[in-house]
Amino acid sequence: MAQKAIREFDAKSILAKHWDKYFPDFSYAYETVMVQNGSELTKAAKEKKWLKEKTLVAKPDMLFGKRGKNGLVLFKDAKPGDVSLAKAASWIDEKSSQKQSVYFSFDGDTPTGEAKVDMLTHFIVEPFTPHSQEEEYYISATCVGDDDVLYMSAEGGMEVEENWDKVIEVAFPITATEEEIAAKIKKSIPKDVAAKDKEAFATFAIGFFKAYRELNFAYLEINPFVLQGKKVELLDMVAKLDDTAGFMMREQWGDVEYPTSFGMEEKSPEVLAIEDADSKSGASLKLTILKPDARIWTMVAGGGASVVYADTIADLAGIEDLANYGEYSGGPTTSETKFYAETILDLMTRSKDTKGRDKVLIIGGAIANFTDVAKTFTGIIQAFDNYADKMKEVGIKIYVRRGGPNYEKGLKDIKEAADRLGLYIEVYGPETHVTDIVRMALTK
Amino acid sequence: MAQLYTRDTQAIFWNNNASAIQRMLDYDYTIKRDKPSVAAIVAPTSSSKFEKFFYGPDEVMIPLYKSTAEAKAAQPQADVLLNFASFRTAYDVTMEALELGGFTSIMVTAEGIPERLARKMNATAKAKNVIVIGPATVGGIAPGAFKIANIGGTIENIVQSKLHRAGSCGLVTRSGGLFNELSNIIAINADGIAEGVAIGGDRFVGSVFIDNLLRMEANPEVKYMLLLGEVGGTEEYKVIEAVKNGQIKKPIIAWCIGTIAKYYDSGVQFGHAGASANGDMETAEAKNKAMKEAGIHVPASFNNLPEIISAVHHELHAEGIIKDIKEPATNVCPSVRKSKEFICTISDDRGDEATYAGFPISSLATPDTGKGIGDVISLLWFKKQYPKWATDFIETVIKTVADHGPAVSGAHNAKVTARAGKSVVESLVTGLLTIGPRFGGAIDGAAQYFKYADDNKLTPAEFLNHMKKEGIPIPGIGHRIKSLKNPDLRVEGLKKYAAKSFPATPLLDYALTVEQLTTSKKENLILNVDGTIGILMVDMWRALGYSEEEINEFISSGTLNSFFIVGRSIGFIGHVLDEKRLAMPMYRHPMSDILYDVQVAEKI
Repeated sequence: MAQKAIREFDAKSILAKHWDKYFPDFSYAYETVMVQNGSELTKAAKEKKWLKEKTLVAKPDMLFGKRGKNGLVLFKDAKPGDVSLAKAASWIDEKSSQKQSVYFSFDGDTPTGEAKVDMLTHFIVEPFTPHSQEEEYYISATCVGDDDVLYMSAEGGMEVEENWDKVIEVAFPITATEEEIAAKIKKSIPKDVAAKDKEAFATFAIGFFKAYRELNFAYLEINPFVLQGKKVELLDMVAKLDDTAGFMMREQWGDVEYPTSFGMEEKSPEVLAIEDADSKSGASLKLTILKPDARIWTMVAGGGASVVYADTIADLAGIEDLANYGEYSGGPTTSETKFYAETILDLMTRSKDTKGRDKVLIIGGAIANFTDVAKTFTGIIQAFDNYADKMKEVGIKIYVRRGGPNYEKGLKDIKEAADRLGLYIEVYGPETHVTDIVRMALTK
Repeated sequence: MAQLYTRDTQAIFWNNNASAIQRMLDYDYTIKRDKPSVAAIVAPTSSSKFEKFFYGPDEVMIPLYKSTAEAKAAQPQADVLLNFASFRTAYDVTMEALELGGFTSIMVTAEGIPERLARKMNATAKAKNVIVIGPATVGGIAPGAFKIANIGGTIENIVQSKLHRAGSCGLVTRSGGLFNELSNIIAINADGIAEGVAIGGDRFVGSVFIDNLLRMEANPEVKYMLLLGEVGGTEEYKVIEAVKNGQIKKPIIAWCIGTIAKYYDSGVQFGHAGASANGDMETAEAKNKAMKEAGIHVPASFNNLPEIISAVHHELHAEGIIKDIKEPATNVCPSVRKSKEFICTISDDRGDEATYAGFPISSLATPDTGKGIGDVISLLWFKKQYPKWATDFIETVIKTVADHGPAVSGAHNAKVTARAGKSVVESLVTGLLTIGPRFGGAIDGAAQYFKYADDNKLTPAEFLNHMKKEGIPIPGIGHRIKSLKNPDLRVEGLKKYAAKSFPATPLLDYALTVEQLTTSKKENLILNVDGTIGILMVDMWRALGYSEEEINEFISSGTLNSFFIVGRSIGFIGHVLDEKRLAMPMYRHPMSDILYDVQVAEKI
């Protein structure tokens, strides 16, 4: 997945790092700090004097918005703008001590849909910036279809969605030159922007869009930003990076983290291990655990074929029976395949089926273009060798279907290995329809 | 362009991916193409000139180049670029090719090219009317004509899936693995495919479904199309639009995979990077439903695809739109092949009569053929038929350098060895072994340094300065006794011949200005015979149209010295035969001619 959300703190840090390049006409204090608890904040205040000298705003920094409506922005103790360091620290400790409910959509101020419940682990703390509503502006950019689109509005803050009709959209083809972009932005400044700010707004927007393009953001939003003459405050930011550009942005992005969304299950160690192996390999190794105690496990080669198998299992058995989704492709080595297979066999043999049935392992795949089937199957066979006892204890029926380079040998080897180890196996080649083994497995 | 590829299509393959290229050549051999489908390989870090591949039971050499520009200049007819560079460089390689021009399609295999770069690359190509297949793809195929790299898998699978000859389905998929699978399904349930493209799994790919389907609509070989889409994106709607507005009239069978995605939230990434639904419209269900409503043949599930393919094919066949296909004759690639240890590109003794670069020896040997030793050298050394002025020059050189008396080191060696009772060949090689930088090597050196000075536009004074800094006397300048007033007549002869017969002598002209300067310092610093030969050889090659690079290679490989070796062998053999004839005894050098200065070795 190429587009990955980053924390508000990281988004601000990236802009701050390149501030003079994109916004030479403006100043940004970059007074922001990210902490996981109150004592970290107190400690941070030793170096960052402003934490003690100014009143503060604190909020979670965990990829979700609507923090104000969820009551998760601390900006007042007795009255707005009076939050001290001590208050912020104790508030963070309080909010991070137990699970919080967060709603992602609202109708007015009334939450709609279901809340997600999870621990708050990351908070961003910044100075409280007194400003008027007129100084709040909205700006964002992303890719829509083939074009980059810049969104600008004079109505910043929480009201931008209610006032979406006032947002100006300007689309640019990827090949647009800097001159073309600047000219078009200058012509498109929302008319509600205060007359005194119009020129500064345009200059800021041009720099913003240039930063969006050059720093390989997939999405970049500042809502609101506050223009006070030459001084800019970035009150709230949302950003996604195109992580495929990571290899050329190492210096520009710095040490950026891609956190799991709030309310999402933490990735299991097995999934993390596969992700790690994937990142180090020229081949592709993917694993998502959907329902670890379900009956049907898949080990399918190919990004397309794996989806077809998942579709078919959902159609024929229903998703309650589908334990995982994943794929390996691009010619993984024998040891990579062994590791991948062992990870799945390990997960699959942790418990017996709750209804006492045999579990099903689908080793599927289309007719490979260049992946050596015998070589990848060697890895799977080695995993069988190590897990045969556990597999027999749990009760597993294996169904194999594959074609491609060296498939005859691969199928023969895996059949022999399973027979030798006393495992139940059925083996099919390209003469059998790609997903027919799912039907066979379910009718047994 | 209704057809993506023909039987004449040739590609430049960027990256020496030997197994993929071998698969292309196996395919070419199987379908009996006239020329290999890979004309050149770009391998920036390789020092080899070519790579050997099997072509059926035989082997062929595919030339290797350091850059796309070089490859394209040498193989201008190759209008397909197969870009197998990594995700780090694939963008640069594509952009360079678009800049060079002359490519009609570019296939990009890398997965995970930065999105902005992929978009820019695709937009630039589109503006230049170049079809981009990929990124993140195994490519495409025009069965019976041209196959990209690994698509279709092994040659056995290709024949089994009827990808060795054109059928009547146009196939477009996102996934490469399923492309293969569908080819097989179409071969089993219909008559195979006429053209197929896997557009690639990344979010931003160059040619999308509609681009390929519109081309197939215009391709008379394609009678119906099969589209395999995926959850995510809205590309299928463009196809629906084209069907609705009549741009596409041929029947389409279509299915979007990823119906499972609706059960999970967006946190689960199914399949490719492009496969993620933003909004209901992008789900597989919605797309399948919309396609069905537009009159596209949509099965109930992926498992029902075979039936629908069979039904559509059947109907078109019954209507006479699809005719029966006559299976073409094919070659069969041998399963066991052995790479050859040696390569010969100059002569061949396998036929009735041995040939020199394609010319039977009898067509060159006798006087009535009008050919001389210069012609034989031009064929065997350069694999070209040089014009008469050049072969005459070569012969002049050989005659000029044939001998220079008994005192020079090589002749002396040969004579001493002959007197030791050794054979002609042993005596000859002892003489030849002295040829090098000090003896005969001035020809090489003169060509090298004068060419360097001329290439870098050095004035004679700058050239002298340069050589002084290098600490080497200028090769080809200076004679023991001859001077401008008392010229070397061999040199005069060569210069006269060149002036009369060469189209131009720029390097000699330059050398003569250098000579003016050197002789003004010392009168015997003339351009000598070695220098003249070396310099005129460069002028000859320039006039024959060789590139500066090729000439530099002649110099560095020792070609110039070779003329001296051949010529002087005649003289050496003369001296050896002379010794034999005279039955001269073993030679021992007089002690009186040796300065003995032997000290007692110190202890250390």
